[in-house]
Amino acid sequence: MSIAQLVKSFTLWEFLKAHRLTLKYFFKPKATINYPYEKNPISPRFRGEHALRRYPNGEERCIACKLCEAVCPALAITIESEPRDDGSRRTTRYDLDMTKCIYCGFCQEACPVDAIVEGPNLEYSTETREELLYDKAKLLANGDKWERAIAANLEADAPYR
Amino acid sequence: MVSVDAQAETEMPTVTVDGTEIEVPDGATVLQACELAGKEIPRFCYHERLSIAGNCRMCLVEVKPGPPKPQASCALPATQGQEIRTDSEMVKKAREGVMEFLLINHPLDCPICDQGGECDLQDQSVAYGRGGSRYHENKRAVTEKYMGPLIKTIMTRCIHCTRCVRFSEEVAGVDEIGALYRGEDMQITTYLEHAAKHELSANVIDLCPVGALTSRPYAYEARPWELKKTLGIDVSDAMGSNIRIDARGREVLRVLPRNNDDVNEEWLSDKARWQVDGLARRRLDRVWIRRDGKLQPASWDEAFGMIAAAARGASVAAVAGDLLDCETMFAARRLMTALGSDLLESRQTGMSYPVGNLAGVNFNTTFAGIETADAVLVVGSHLRWEAPLLNVRLRKAAKRGAKIFIVGPYWDTTYAAEFLGDDASILHDLPDHVAAAMQSAARPAIVVGAGGLVAGAHGPALALAHAWNVVRDVDGVRWNGFNVLHMAAARMGALMLGFARPRGIADLAQAAPAVLLSLGADEVDYTRFTGALKVYVGHHGDKGAAAADIILPGSAYTEKAGTYVSTEGRVQFADKAAFAPGDAREDWTILRALADALGVSVGFDSFEQLRSAMIAEIPGLGVDGLVDFGPLPAAESAERAGGTIVYPVKDFYLTNPIARASATMQRCSAELLHGENLAEAAE
Repeated sequence: MSIAQLVKSFTLWEFLKAHRLTLKYFFKPKATINYPYEKNPISPRFRGEHALRRYPNGEERCIACKLCEAVCPALAITIESEPRDDGSRRTTRYDLDMTKCIYCGFCQEACPVDAIVEGPNLEYSTETREELLYDKAKLLANGDKWERAIAANLEADAPYR
Repeated sequence: MVSVDAQAETEMPTVTVDGTEIEVPDGATVLQACELAGKEIPRFCYHERLSIAGNCRMCLVEVKPGPPKPQASCALPATQGQEIRTDSEMVKKAREGVMEFLLINHPLDCPICDQGGECDLQDQSVAYGRGGSRYHENKRAVTEKYMGPLIKTIMTRCIHCTRCVRFSEEVAGVDEIGALYRGEDMQITTYLEHAAKHELSANVIDLCPVGALTSRPYAYEARPWELKKTLGIDVSDAMGSNIRIDARGREVLRVLPRNNDDVNEEWLSDKARWQVDGLARRRLDRVWIRRDGKLQPASWDEAFGMIAAAARGASVAAVAGDLLDCETMFAARRLMTALGSDLLESRQTGMSYPVGNLAGVNFNTTFAGIETADAVLVVGSHLRWEAPLLNVRLRKAAKRGAKIFIVGPYWDTTYAAEFLGDDASILHDLPDHVAAAMQSAARPAIVVGAGGLVAGAHGPALALAHAWNVVRDVDGVRWNGFNVLHMAAARMGALMLGFARPRGIADLAQAAPAVLLSLGADEVDYTRFTGALKVYVGHHGDKGAAAADIILPGSAYTEKAGTYVSTEGRVQFADKAAFAPGDAREDWTILRALADALGVSVGFDSFEQLRSAMIAEIPGLGVDGLVDFGPLPAAESAERAGGTIVYPVKDFYLTNPIARASATMQRCSAELLHGENLAEAAE
């Protein structure tokens, strides 16, 4: 054992060095947040839970063109359609299997009327699997709930589209 | 179109297409020449089976010698030494320009358009158009036109190709659709906005290159890429039209015609097209047994037990329905033979024409052949309702100058024809000019329809056929001008399989069987079989099921593979498009299980074994195409035709159990035939 090592050993040099590191991080800003009371900012392009949007007058946007169904690589979307009483083209069924979805965002890219969107919500865990099989009512309700955030995100992202 | 006969004799001009030299038939257009050279020419108004209009301008090509500008290739005859370019800069610019003009007034509503995914305009604008639009002004808007319960119109999308107008005039022979006004203001409409009323009206949906005319029953139902496409054979009439069945899951959504120049060209009757929505309604999807006068749900074993008890040591008989495939009938025949019975019949309404030689009850001229006839005598057939596509062929013959005579009550023929009266006895004493026309014709033809068969006209017509010598060699090709037009898709197959008694169904009634096996027979008068246990194997709750004691749920024509023989003796095979609902099974499996219950052997356990057994017995059913029935039989001289001819079809749209269950067909019948005004209800 050399003299230098002997000195380090008796002065608890490594202990002090570790304390120095601890104190350095103690005074640095924190990397973690107090989730769920605090949340990280997310990009306007974040692809979270799906929603079906409405026009400001309350009319649903979806026109049952089935492009999202066609483009979906996970085959998570099922649509059935027929003429509504006023003759317009509407879905009678819009099912989205959230357990199949891979959140690629192709559906919102394909949508010609910005009806199906992936909103900013990422907190929709459920207790049962069945709750993740979304139907049209659930998706429209999502749209109503998240419309302001979704609209703000779409506007923020619009210049880059 | 280029006539086939003309090709051989005349000189074939040589043209150069994009540097390749090819010979084209005389009279071909530049467009056809380019197609022969394997070049795709975009087009909207040009259609092989319609006259040339030249109004969409999409088929522009560069042609030398000629003016230094692009020329419409569809209307330009190909001549010797032409130099055609389809790939030059001028052509590319011309196509882009035409496409831009077409899209000026075409709405960009592809997402809500039913044509989306199978639209000529969509495809060609991707292939030949500019990337973007430079047009910012207002687009034209056109008011909707009402065209009946089958055709949905969105006239703003119309690009004025006039295919629908030309189809109505030239093929259907009904001046129903026309164009009003000129230029940008041009509008396609039915006159006075009446519904299109002829039996082929829905073909304009296929012809329309854009989404202006789309299908009303199929509106917004599905996209073309979702559909499973199965090749099938139509059973709504005896023509054996080639169809494509589009299904999603177990639901048949629509039927489209397939190209077959020998049978249906590329048209299809409205009934064949839209009766399929009846496949989802009034279905027999479980076993029923009549107890105390009421049909009650039961199990297969109970039903088989009852049949076995009734059939033990007693006589059995089978009646084949109109929509059956040959395999089902063969399985039934095997079962009956194993039980020691030969009481088989298919002519449900009681006809009993002789079937010893099937050439005598076949449509010998063939559908394509009758186009070339130059004198036709139709005995007791309302062709427009019994075989609409055959009427199209006769119309072509009439346009070529054929003289057409019809015995029977008047109907609107869509071509010039002379009605000789309602009484079938006129066959024994034809007016001189008719006999003279038939005798002097190079290709005379006689068509005996169901009305004629009932009136006993088969024998006399056969006698006339021999007297006029309608079987002859014309230009070295055999011409057999004697035709019987059946109405049931199963009829020729049934006759080939021996489902015919000498005295028709009267033989069955006289034998008073203990068990009557009814294979989807809905037209039989069941009151003649009061003593029998009536077992109905079928798919729809129609007349046959109402009279039955036991119902075994079977499959409709889209739900089983099978062989069909058309009235011209053409053997065709259809594939299975969807599964039958509920407990329903394919018919042959029911008969196979019934054989086990009755303790007899039928000698097959799978569909393949069944088919090979059938082909072994009747080799003709194993080969696609026309069956050769041999020479025409001699006429039975004793038979005399008499009585007023009555056409059996009372309502074109409701002739079979599937059509009767179909909401679309009921609507067509109510609106188009009985004049009820449903136009408001549609909006």
